[in-house]
Amino acid sequence: MGAVMINGDFGVKKPVDRSTPEMSPATSSQRLATVVAEPVKEKKMETAAVSGEISGTPLSERISTLARALLPPVLGMLILLGIWYVATFKGGSIPGPGKTWDAAAILFSDPFYRNGPNDQGIGWNVLSSLQRVGIGFGFAALVGIPLGFILGRSQFLSAMINPIISLLRPVSPLAWLPIGLLVFQKADPAATYTIFICSIWPMIMNTAQGVQRVPQDYLNVARVLNLSEWKVVTKILFPAVLPYMLTGIRLSIGTAWLVIVAAEMLTGGVGIGFWVWDEWNNLKVEHIIIAIFVIGIVGLILEQMLIVLAKKLTKESA
Amino acid sequence: MEKFVQIEKVGQTFATKKGKFVALRDIDLTIKEGEFISLIGHSGCGKSTLLNLIAGLTTPTIGVLLCDGREIAGPGPERAVVFQNHSLLPWLTCFENVYLAVERVFGEKESKQKLKERTAAAISLVGLDHASSKYPNEISGGMKQRVGIARALSMEPKVLLMDEPFGALDALTRAKLQDELMKICQATQATTVMVTHDVDEAVLLSDRIVMMTNGPAATIGEILEVNLPRPRHRLTLAHDPAYIGYRAAVLEFLYEKQAHVEKLAA
Repeated sequence: MGAVMINGDFGVKKPVDRSTPEMSPATSSQRLATVVAEPVKEKKMETAAVSGEISGTPLSERISTLARALLPPVLGMLILLGIWYVATFKGGSIPGPGKTWDAAAILFSDPFYRNGPNDQGIGWNVLSSLQRVGIGFGFAALVGIPLGFILGRSQFLSAMINPIISLLRPVSPLAWLPIGLLVFQKADPAATYTIFICSIWPMIMNTAQGVQRVPQDYLNVARVLNLSEWKVVTKILFPAVLPYMLTGIRLSIGTAWLVIVAAEMLTGGVGIGFWVWDEWNNLKVEHIIIAIFVIGIVGLILEQMLIVLAKKLTKESA
Repeated sequence: MEKFVQIEKVGQTFATKKGKFVALRDIDLTIKEGEFISLIGHSGCGKSTLLNLIAGLTTPTIGVLLCDGREIAGPGPERAVVFQNHSLLPWLTCFENVYLAVERVFGEKESKQKLKERTAAAISLVGLDHASSKYPNEISGGMKQRVGIARALSMEPKVLLMDEPFGALDALTRAKLQDELMKICQATQATTVMVTHDVDEAVLLSDRIVMMTNGPAATIGEILEVNLPRPRHRLTLAHDPAYIGYRAAVLEFLYEKQAHVEKLAA
């Protein structure tokens, strides 16, 4: 949704100018808008601005474009820090930016230490959370994508399974955690299983939607050529569905990263969610704030990686 | 062959929310081998419906269609279709788009090398050697449509079906492609059925023009035989009294005998 609005905005400001080889700020924003409006459904302005750069433009202009792109986000961050600083200026239970920074410096000086199972560096905690997300998400992709294809191709099956999905999808993944604990008898696979549950819905639904939205023209081509089902899947369905599938994957990863923190708080062990809870029990509030930043940054990196991947794949196939 | 494609008492009814909609009724038409047929009529008269029936993309509610003595039961590469909006797969290059068709039709009998030669030959038939490795979004609308024609011809179909192939193109490009199509049809002797709403295009290209009445429940109104010698040239024909006569006959059918649709719509 946001992407479309951005596109309209820039389009109104500067409708032409596409042909000029030089990269004036206006054309770069124009280009930015078109990049944003690509089917991959971009949300992050920053990446779009960076990819809007064109090699061969004068260095000074490139710097000024970059500055223009960086200024708003940097300003936003500074304001956030300012509010934080003012709010904690008089002291209280929440530590200010300075204190948090000092704690972070100590924490990140040795992120990979191990003092027994319940006291490990933040690096290990993040990695083990990522591992759970990776495994749970991987299984969800293995099951969800083929299932999405099947549901998209068969009206009967989709009519049969859609009510079940509609019923289960709004359920918080954490509600499944006790069932996981019961079935697996262990905390770790139960957390992974929770990730599986929450990742699978966007994957199924987006893939199925993509399959249903394959243009009838392409399917008519397949029918006239009388292509084998294998060729239909590899040459027509898969490339046509890929952008939708990647959207599903991105949504899944996003949710999975949200859920893992909560799941680990409940299951314990090693992991960033557990670490947050542990630090709360130790009343190290500055560590909790650090963890919030770390979780945010990791989530951002995951999303950006998928956006880059999506762009690469769809560029190849488009 | 005198009766290469036979359409006998064909009717097509669609089920809609408002009840049954009769699109076509009582269609009888035989097409000779090597003949070029145009289907012309106002929009909504079921020209494309009839073409889809011949293609086998839809099956008739009543009646039967035969091609080369066999009933048309479904779509197949012996009745190649050039779609209105070219319908090239955007993730394949022009070459790969054509190759997909060639591979399907000749893949079992011929070597990869031969298949590639066929593909290249089809692409060079429409004059696109230079664009062979480009993706559809990198070439113009006219070039895309030419790739669509190359894809259809590469299958060496018994019948070439074209659904307003040049409808989306500008007048100059359209004229150029019409000339090319005439040459190609002359050379390959392809049996062709083309849906069009362009009177000049119909007269210039066709051996017979099938003029359809307005829908709903459209049928064949008149069939006009175009006895102009080939090869035809648009410039010399422009002043040819016979050509002008044919043109007038089609216009008369469309705008006098079948004019009521526009009155209703207006």
